Amino acid sequence: MVAPHNALRKPVSSGDQAESVMRVVAEKPIAVRRSFADRFADAGFRWLITLCALSVLAIVGFFVYELIVNSQPSLKEFGWHFFVGQDWDPVSGEFGALPFIYGTLVSSFLALLIAVPLSLGVAIYVTEMAPGWVRTPISFLMELLAAIPSVIYGLWAIFVLAPILRVYVGPALAKSLGWTGFFSGPVYGIGMLAAGVILSIMIVPIIASITRDVMAAIPQTQREAVLALGATRWEMVRIAVLRNARTGIIGAIILGLGRALGETMAVTMVIGNRPDITKSLFAPAYTMASVIANEFTEATGTLYASAIVEVGLALFLVTLIVNALAQMLVWMTTRGMPSRAHGQ
Amino acid sequence: MGVGIEVRNLKAWYGNTEALHSVNMQMGANQVTALIGPSGCGKSTFVRCLNRMHETIPGTKVEGDVRIGSTDIYANGTPAVEVRRRVGMVFQKPNPFPTMSIYDNVAAGLKLNGFRNRHRLDEIVEKSLKQAALWDEVKDTLKKKSGASLSGGQQQRLCIARALAVEPEVLLMDEPASALDPISTGKIEELIDELKANYTIVIVTHNMQQAARVAGFTGFFLLGTLVEFDKTEKIFTNPSDKRTEDYITGRFG
Ligand SMILES: Nc1ncnc2c1ncn2[C@@H]1O[C@H](COP(=O)(O)OP(=O)(O)OP(=O)(O)O)[C@@H](O)[C@H]1O
Ligand SMILES: [Mg+2]
Repeated sequence: MVAPHNALRKPVSSGDQAESVMRVVAEKPIAVRRSFADRFADAGFRWLITLCALSVLAIVGFFVYELIVNSQPSLKEFGWHFFVGQDWDPVSGEFGALPFIYGTLVSSFLALLIAVPLSLGVAIYVTEMAPGWVRTPISFLMELLAAIPSVIYGLWAIFVLAPILRVYVGPALAKSLGWTGFFSGPVYGIGMLAAGVILSIMIVPIIASITRDVMAAIPQTQREAVLALGATRWEMVRIAVLRNARTGIIGAIILGLGRALGETMAVTMVIGNRPDITKSLFAPAYTMASVIANEFTEATGTLYASAIVEVGLALFLVTLIVNALAQMLVWMTTRGMPSRAHGQ
Repeated sequence: MGVGIEVRNLKAWYGNTEALHSVNMQMGANQVTALIGPSGCGKSTFVRCLNRMHETIPGTKVEGDVRIGSTDIYANGTPAVEVRRRVGMVFQKPNPFPTMSIYDNVAAGLKLNGFRNRHRLDEIVEKSLKQAALWDEVKDTLKKKSGASLSGGQQQRLCIARALAVEPEVLLMDEPASALDPISTGKIEELIDELKANYTIVIVTHNMQQAARVAGFTGFFLLGTLVEFDKTEKIFTNPSDKRTEDYITGRFG
């Protein structure tokens, strides 16, 4: 079929128009003369922000340097055995940090185990399911939770969480999952499990709010693309939302993990502070951050004090390694693919 | 094979605003129908009512009947998911899945339907990409490159392939070429011409030459009403309504 001339007539004038516009643009004098002060300000600004960026590096470098210098006596005495030794006995001068490393890693891992599914659930509910009027209150409460000081969490854990664990949750877990060995022995309420649970409650707001932001930034067109293929709502969430947000979600988890690894107060209040490596999560344990906080002031003698500093060094290294592993995970899951949906 | 579409007294709302006022329209099987009209007149809204995408926007409402083939898609027992599977859609802006390879983009709809046979999957992906005139350009990087690494025109053809892979009966295209250069546009128009052998196609366009080139029938929308619907030739050479004439001669809108 031949295009009828009526339809073709329309765009004819646009050529003329474009020409005249060009002429106007060309005639207008382009007066861009930067003053010296302008350029100077620009250069100054560059230097200023570069300095800010460098200061971060300097602070980290200074930290590591101080940690290494101050842990010299202990480093010389125990070498790398410090990190695998299981005895922590200030009286006889025996220092091994493994129980603390174990306590930090296990309590943080436990926290992630509980917090990640919960946070994803919250974020998916808020961005994909919740009616408009509940979104804002939930988001507000989440941010509020993140702002509560950790000592308050600790108190709550002692007075509310620990009894609940002792009376209800502990016995139930012992009965159903006691055979795994993770839930055996007496339940004091205070111990590794309590620390993991309180940490998880503390990091849910962090992970959930970042995940929510990442999910909200995914273009609506992605969701529509999946729905138009005949997907159910859940399939839409899986393909358009979770998949596109995965790098951001991993980032959120890393931030939460960082908080869990370094959290001191709340954990110290409920973990039981005993440097033992026990399989049962009911048993008391100890973390790196807690031992530093508890024992630094009473550390008599250079060896004891330097051992404590070296625990700080260990904490620093563990955080570094965990972050590096997480980065690698991101890199592996997104190899060759753009990290997420860019505004479309 | 395509199926016919019959729309009766279709009304659609966004909140309390009625965006479509009692639209009636019949589209034959394997026909290409173009929808034209000024911006905001309800073309997208209409098209999105044909595969029940309208209701995915919170606060919206639809009234009236739409029959696709023998199915009344707004009848109580008809699941929206089923309707969307049978009525494919291509959007104005290409929206491939950026975290999936080209292959996975095309296979996405099939995988949703629980299709797992690798060999058949390979075949359908190849066939769909060939139908969408993209195969030659991507066959070497099918599983290596992301859907987002293609050019805009290629992305749009990828989206067409993705829609075709589930073998719908109707294909809805909402300004599929508006973001594309003339060469890509030409390719997509050729494609539509070939696809009408197997599909019923509804295409929204702002480009009247395009409507004239690809569509057998054309509908003109204005302010949420279907002003005129007739053979394309008739609409462009001898429209019955004054408003249609004003619009196509450029005196308006
Ligand atoms: N998500 C929405 N919420 C509220 N109103 C909407 C929404 N989408 C469209 N509308 C309104 O519905 C009417 C029809 O819009 P529609 O998108 O169908 O127009 P269109 O003909 O496709 O326009 P265009 O050619 O610009 O794409 C417009 O008045 C628009 O403001
Ligand atoms: Mg539109």
